[in-house]
Amino acid sequence: MSAIFSGAPPQDGLGYSFKQSPTAVPSGERQHGFYPYTDNGGSTLGISGADFTIMAGDTRSTHGYNINTRYAPKLFKIGGEGPDNKGARIVLSVVGFAADGDALQEKMDTIVKMYKYQHGKPITVSACAQRLSHVLYNKRFFPYYVHAILGGIDEDGKGALYSYDPVGSYEREQCRAAGAAASLIMPFLDNQVNFKNQYMPGSGTGHDLKVRQAQPLPRNTVEDLVRDAFTSAVERHIEVGDGLQMMIITKDGIEETYTPLKRD
Amino acid sequence: MNHLPQAWGRPRDDVYGAYDHSHFQTAGPIQHTQSPIVTGTSVIAAKFKDGVVIAADNLASYGSLARFTDVKRLRKFNDQVVVGFGGDVSDMQYLDRLLNSLDVRENYSSSDTPMNAKNLHTYLAKVMYKRRSDFNPLWNHLLIAGLDADEKPFLASADLLGTTFTSPTLATGFGAHLAQPILRRSLPDESSVQNVTKEEAVELVKECMKVLFYRDARSMDKYSIAVISKGGVELREDEKLENQSWAFAERIRGYGTQTV
Repeated sequence: MSAIFSGAPPQDGLGYSFKQSPTAVPSGERQHGFYPYTDNGGSTLGISGADFTIMAGDTRSTHGYNINTRYAPKLFKIGGEGPDNKGARIVLSVVGFAADGDALQEKMDTIVKMYKYQHGKPITVSACAQRLSHVLYNKRFFPYYVHAILGGIDEDGKGALYSYDPVGSYEREQCRAAGAAASLIMPFLDNQVNFKNQYMPGSGTGHDLKVRQAQPLPRNTVEDLVRDAFTSAVERHIEVGDGLQMMIITKDGIEETYTPLKRD
Repeated sequence: MNHLPQAWGRPRDDVYGAYDHSHFQTAGPIQHTQSPIVTGTSVIAAKFKDGVVIAADNLASYGSLARFTDVKRLRKFNDQVVVGFGGDVSDMQYLDRLLNSLDVRENYSSSDTPMNAKNLHTYLAKVMYKRRSDFNPLWNHLLIAGLDADEKPFLASADLLGTTFTSPTLATGFGAHLAQPILRRSLPDESSVQNVTKEEAVELVKECMKVLFYRDARSMDKYSIAVISKGGVELREDEKLENQSWAFAERIRGYGTQTV
């Protein structure tokens, strides 16, 4: 302080001179910044069976601790005819940032409809699955912030299920949970669908234990599993609740159900 | 004495620190909105059996300053749509011009079905999503109220991120915390919409505007309210909050200098 009031030039620098450019960063970068993503919570789940695939998702949409709405579907029919996708055989579920999810759903719907228009036949699930991967990867450096699951019936009439990360890595699986309560539901599915950590009763102890082999489950068993998974997730995750939407894809079409969940 | 003429008449560096040249910069990278400046607070809306009620107060705040006290934040689009704007007022005025030009185009085109609320919501949601994807957001939270193609009540929201959703009742900003729980008491789900009359819905929304005025420091007691039904749009822009009761204030303890 004394240097300021003494009248003598300061020791360092050019004295009282006016500097052409500031040497120090001017009072720090002050930016509020715009973050283009948000998390709208919710959870989705898909399980494939021998001749069907079940897709499910809760209908709550959140923003922080607020509930935006109690009914915002995360399951979308892809392809088919017209705005209500009549005759569609593919279902896409998206969870994460809802605006990106809606944009992705709309894009996939046009792609699948254009495919039928251009090729004269409906797209196969495997082709649709690969295309979805490309669509996600195309936005690799500004991704659609969603976890997508695609379900349908493959060329052999078997249930097909594909799961994705936000940048397009994908894999065909028997079952997959995504979204807010994925970490709660997925272990349950591993145990109940793929029979992980299950052994044949009375097969002995230690190395004698025989692993219980996974096999495709009947449809009503899978429906019950889905309902159990969600009622449990609702108890333990605040972003999951309000309603459970299910779509069951078979060779005859898509059956849609809605079951209320706890709204607390 | 400073011998460098370019320093004369300028604040001394040693006293005030180096001059911040960034204030003078005109040519630089394009700058986008990083935060809203003049803002409007909550917009609230509720469906009833043959329409929608929507309301917002007439205040535009500059931070904590109540800057403009006669700003109409509800915009009638046509006989079946009203848009309510929360957030930045200049972005609201931009969207207003956008809607004007859209309206002109619509009226010159030969289409005989007018834009309904659902169409307009889709349009606005796409504008909002495009702008957020360009990292140049319109800093608003919009409620679109009106009738859909089947002349059923339609109410939906679109925000600066492009997020959209519909619900029997909606509220933006502070209203999402204060008004939405009150509104949901009467309209818990879509089926309950049938049990609410226009009069009840208007009363409900007015009650919520009062609660918001009591507790939202960026609100005021003059507001706009619109009712959209098959009969058209009833928009009143100079409503005053009635039957305020500050009796509850007597019982508030614990702020300021009060010790008991």
